[in-house]
Amino acid sequence: MSVMVEQDAGPDADRMPGPPLEIVIEATGLTKRYGQFTAVDDLDLSIRKGEIFGLLGPNGAGKTTTILMLLGLTEPTSGTVRVVGYDSVRDPLSVKSVVGYLPDNVGFYPNMTGRQNLRYTASLNRIPPKEAEQRIDTLLADVGLTEAADKRAGKYSRGMRQRLAIADALIKKPSILILDEPTIGIDPEGVRDMLALLSRLKTEEGMTILLSSHLLHQVQAVCDRVGIFVGGHLIAAGPVPELERQLAEKDDSEFEIAVVGGDGRPVSDEVLDRLALSLKSLEGVRDVTRVRDLITLRGRGDIRARVSRSAIEQGLVPVHLRQRGMSLDDIYDRYFREEASVGHVGIK
Amino acid sequence: MSESSNASVVLSDPGRGPSARSEQVSRPRSRFFAVGVGPVARKEFADHLSGLRFGILLVLIAVTTLAAVYAASSAIRAAASDSAKVEFAFLYLFTVSGESLPSFTSFITFLAPLLGIALGFDALNSERSQGTLSRLISQPIHRDAVLQGKFLAGLGVVSLALTALVIIVGGIGIVLLGTTPSLEEVGRLIAFIVVTVIYVAFWLALAQLFSVLFKQAATSALASIAVWLFFAIFASLIVGLIVNAVAPAGDNATNAELLRNAQLETTLNRFSPGTLYDEATTVLLNPSVRSLGVLVYEQIDRAVVGPLSFGQSLLLCWPQILALVGCVLVFFTVSYILFMREEIRA
Repeated sequence: MSVMVEQDAGPDADRMPGPPLEIVIEATGLTKRYGQFTAVDDLDLSIRKGEIFGLLGPNGAGKTTTILMLLGLTEPTSGTVRVVGYDSVRDPLSVKSVVGYLPDNVGFYPNMTGRQNLRYTASLNRIPPKEAEQRIDTLLADVGLTEAADKRAGKYSRGMRQRLAIADALIKKPSILILDEPTIGIDPEGVRDMLALLSRLKTEEGMTILLSSHLLHQVQAVCDRVGIFVGGHLIAAGPVPELERQLAEKDDSEFEIAVVGGDGRPVSDEVLDRLALSLKSLEGVRDVTRVRDLITLRGRGDIRARVSRSAIEQGLVPVHLRQRGMSLDDIYDRYFREEASVGHVGIK
Repeated sequence: MSESSNASVVLSDPGRGPSARSEQVSRPRSRFFAVGVGPVARKEFADHLSGLRFGILLVLIAVTTLAAVYAASSAIRAAASDSAKVEFAFLYLFTVSGESLPSFTSFITFLAPLLGIALGFDALNSERSQGTLSRLISQPIHRDAVLQGKFLAGLGVVSLALTALVIIVGGIGIVLLGTTPSLEEVGRLIAFIVVTVIYVAFWLALAQLFSVLFKQAATSALASIAVWLFFAIFASLIVGLIVNAVAPAGDNATNAELLRNAQLETTLNRFSPGTLYDEATTVLLNPSVRSLGVLVYEQIDRAVVGPLSFGQSLLLCWPQILALVGCVLVFFTVSYILFMREEIRA
């Protein structure tokens, strides 16, 4: 089975408006093995400047391992990573000075206040104290922690810790922000605030953001592109509508149609049953079910034209015809099932 | 994440791109300390000083040693007629035990390991369990800066505390004994402080190694204390058993057998860091000690009894000092290798 989406970049720039796209994170043939277990298998990934890329996949899919390799925190078994031109294996310090990282399960020194924790990070980044204080104040206001800034971090709630972690990742003024499961453990409002902040960072600062998550619907809204990661393989990558389209082409999708008679009035069940039966014989249609006035079809490719023509030929008027939209959950679910049943789907 | 729209002033300014920044960061690796040691050490130093753990130990050590010195000073005054003792009366303050209390140095020998262990046993595993380690190493610092910084901070705190303690004890000594230390005595005391810091460094490096090795702080504390107890209590018993098995010296043993027995015992005991430290400080604080280990009668025949100069004392205990330093380096290297290869996950 061949893959649907070219997962990187290159020529499909037509989908992303704006100036030429500079690739800031590039992984080639990235592989990480732990003994017999392959956590990440031959991954190719390109992330463009100024986009929000969502790395989606179930727990244990290799998302964190990939992020660690991008940051130079763990050495790949094979393959290369370049982050804004720096080699993550050979020059991790340069990579780490331009990348802000929010680790999964982030923690702070419990005996220090939020402000002191940020101050320490600033000193590790060799930010002059005066400038650091300014940045800390702005960032604390940004993430809404000004009130709690001088409370001990040990007393922070999970959501506050997560927000402090964002401030912590931003204090070095990174050009790339990598967030590992940033929405875990925070309430829906907190998630919304965080995603709003990410969008703002992207539009106002032109920051490139890579985030990983297993909660797809949460991040769907902010991601320019997503990569679906299962069992160490990136099985698909691209903008959400694109993934949707490609799934529809290669797999069944659902359509619904409702009709009225030529006189504009509802028709009898008998007529509807007849229509359903005739639709079933159409090319590409697999399955037809009728629930009262609504006929639901499963079929491959876009069968809407054929369906409506068929209805009209029987003297009926389609008043409602649409392809059911797929949420990222559906997409992910499909890909995930596919991966599980077929085994490994090659990307190249 | 306030709703305010004017909030984000921070973040990347285009003028300072990656290339400008890399010059500061990727300095050549020829420097002795890793990039980032300074901030890490400063933070750990402040943590130690403000922490309860160090405070408790410091009070414990200060109280016991001051008591020991007070007891020693009475003993010294009582024995003031002894001419040999009067010559280095000030140093005797640290080495002589009173009637009911061990000497200053024996307290330090006993408590110094505890100090090193307390400062190091949770150095890395606590960072790991708090979730701060992954944040720490994702900053633009060398990974070994974490180890070096914590180690240096521990040493700094210990040096500071020990120097203060010796100065306090010296001050009390001046009052109680009515003598002032000579230049040589001051030199010997400084050497004593340095050797003691090295001894604490041994235990600090060991505890830090365990903190890399064991994920749980409790495990690493127990392991360190087990090693300490082994050397403090059981090692000499085991040495005795081995020596009596390998080179027995019964009631009617020959001189050669006795010599072999004594030499083996000395050699085996020197595998204990405590023995090395004991020997080094004994020599440094007792100018009259002219040799360590076994001496046959012929060797001291017609020797002129008299104190050694400071340089000669230092020469005598130089191997012991170097052995301790070597151990520190070995522990440090092993923890470095383990830590560099470790993958830090939250």
